[in-house]
Amino acid sequence: MADSIQMRVTRYDPDQDSAPTVATYDVPLRKDWAILDGLNYIKDHVDTSLSYRWSCRMGICGSCGMNVEGQPKLTCATFLTDYAPGPVRVEPLSNFPIVRDLVVDIDDFMEKLPRVKPWIIRDDDVTVIDGEYLQTPTELEEYKQFSNCINCMLCYAACPIYGLEPDFIGPAAIALAERYDLDTRDAGQRERLDVLIEREGVWGCTFVGECTRVCPKHVDPAGAIQRYKLKAAQENVMAFLLPRAAR
Amino acid sequence: MTKRRIEPILWLLFSGGGVVAAVFLPILILLFGLAIPLGLLQPDYNHLHAVVSYWLTRLVLLGLIVLMLFHAAHRLRYTLHDGLQLKRLDKPIEVLCYGGALVGSVVTLLIVLSI
Amino acid sequence: MSAPTTYRQPVSRLWWLKKRTYLMFVLRELSSIFVAWFAVFLMIMIFAIGRGEESYRNFMNWAGSPVVIVINVVALAFSILHTVTWFALTPQAMVVRGPGSKQVPAKKEVTVAGRRMTAATVVRVGGRMPSGLVIASQYVGLAVVSAFIVWLVLQ
Repeated sequence: MADSIQMRVTRYDPDQDSAPTVATYDVPLRKDWAILDGLNYIKDHVDTSLSYRWSCRMGICGSCGMNVEGQPKLTCATFLTDYAPGPVRVEPLSNFPIVRDLVVDIDDFMEKLPRVKPWIIRDDDVTVIDGEYLQTPTELEEYKQFSNCINCMLCYAACPIYGLEPDFIGPAAIALAERYDLDTRDAGQRERLDVLIEREGVWGCTFVGECTRVCPKHVDPAGAIQRYKLKAAQENVMAFLLPRAAR
Repeated sequence: MTKRRIEPILWLLFSGGGVVAAVFLPILILLFGLAIPLGLLQPDYNHLHAVVSYWLTRLVLLGLIVLMLFHAAHRLRYTLHDGLQLKRLDKPIEVLCYGGALVGSVVTLLIVLSI
Repeated sequence: MSAPTTYRQPVSRLWWLKKRTYLMFVLRELSSIFVAWFAVFLMIMIFAIGRGEESYRNFMNWAGSPVVIVINVVALAFSILHTVTWFALTPQAMVVRGPGSKQVPAKKEVTVAGRRMTAATVVRVGGRMPSGLVIASQYVGLAVVSAFIVWLVLQ
């Protein structure tokens, strides 16, 4: 195995550059090093100005998402040796504006996520003293997969619709809405439906399915969205058929 | 109250058309698009006419064709919308696609009634 | 000092060529052109059958011409692509439940006399059919329908 691998990393200084450029760095090719380790090596030994997000380095915080060789990946979970002999191209996550170097502006997602009300909605104010909500393992299974989302936004980077249509609410937001809709403790389906039945809600999705393919936590947002479409269509037909008071 | 939108209805038509196209089209193309025109199979005309003019067949054919037209219209509308990327063409694309499907449906109804 | 500008990454017009899965997606979407084509073909054919034997023969002569045959060969290929992708995606797009599922109590928001309130309801959980079974049963349906149509036409 060679000693080192070349990393071609996007650099962008908003104060000086009008467009991003590519800088090349040689990093040691260690068997157990992830792309993130390579970036940390660059920052520690070569160029301290390199900016990027990371935290847990074990695939649970969702901070380190970037495009590696054009594919959205968690850089802590992607190994340098997979790209040997290299070079390996590291770019900021697609479909998001670049703030600096490998850091992207995620305000859009931050604005969209609360819109789907990703929390348990109930109208009874039970307190801790009243006891816990009971839920069987079978009921948990219904939404568990969707609760694994770590908000890493690889799915937004992979979704061509989000790239072309910035208003699209996006895979993770809809998957999280579905996570709460399917939770038997929740009663908020109508409120979420009102948000997602709009054009920029579920209907923009054309089931490309790339979001599910890139998800590092195996969430299946594409499945959630299609299921949501069916649910929304059923409710909508009822809305046309039933008298006003009963909708 | 649940908001009323046309988009979910269009999606239902698209889905129904998708199922119908997936199940019926391969054999229909194989038979009527290839085998019979190439002379590999030669069904009796009178029998074909009897099958097609039976009321149930007419109803089924109408349903199949209408659903397939709306399936294609919906998919093409999104493909054009995403492909051309011109907001000002959105409404004309919708009118062209769904309008075309509507016209085709009416024509099919007339044909089916006239056999 | 003005706020630093974020850089909007442009989306290439050829985005769909960048990944094999994107290309397959676009081909799948384009299959709808041939769905529309054959729907029209069927319309004209039914009309021809209704007009009489000579009309039908003329139609089939036209359908047998090289250009139309080539179009229909391509249409068949795209229709198979549609069928294969549609069947494969069904278990992802909808939950099919088998005998193992059961009903459990849940709550949902309803509107009664214009007011939003929470009502008790039931939902089905569990017993999800494995995707292989869902896909296989669609192919069984395809086989049954195809066999029926062949029998119907060639009696």
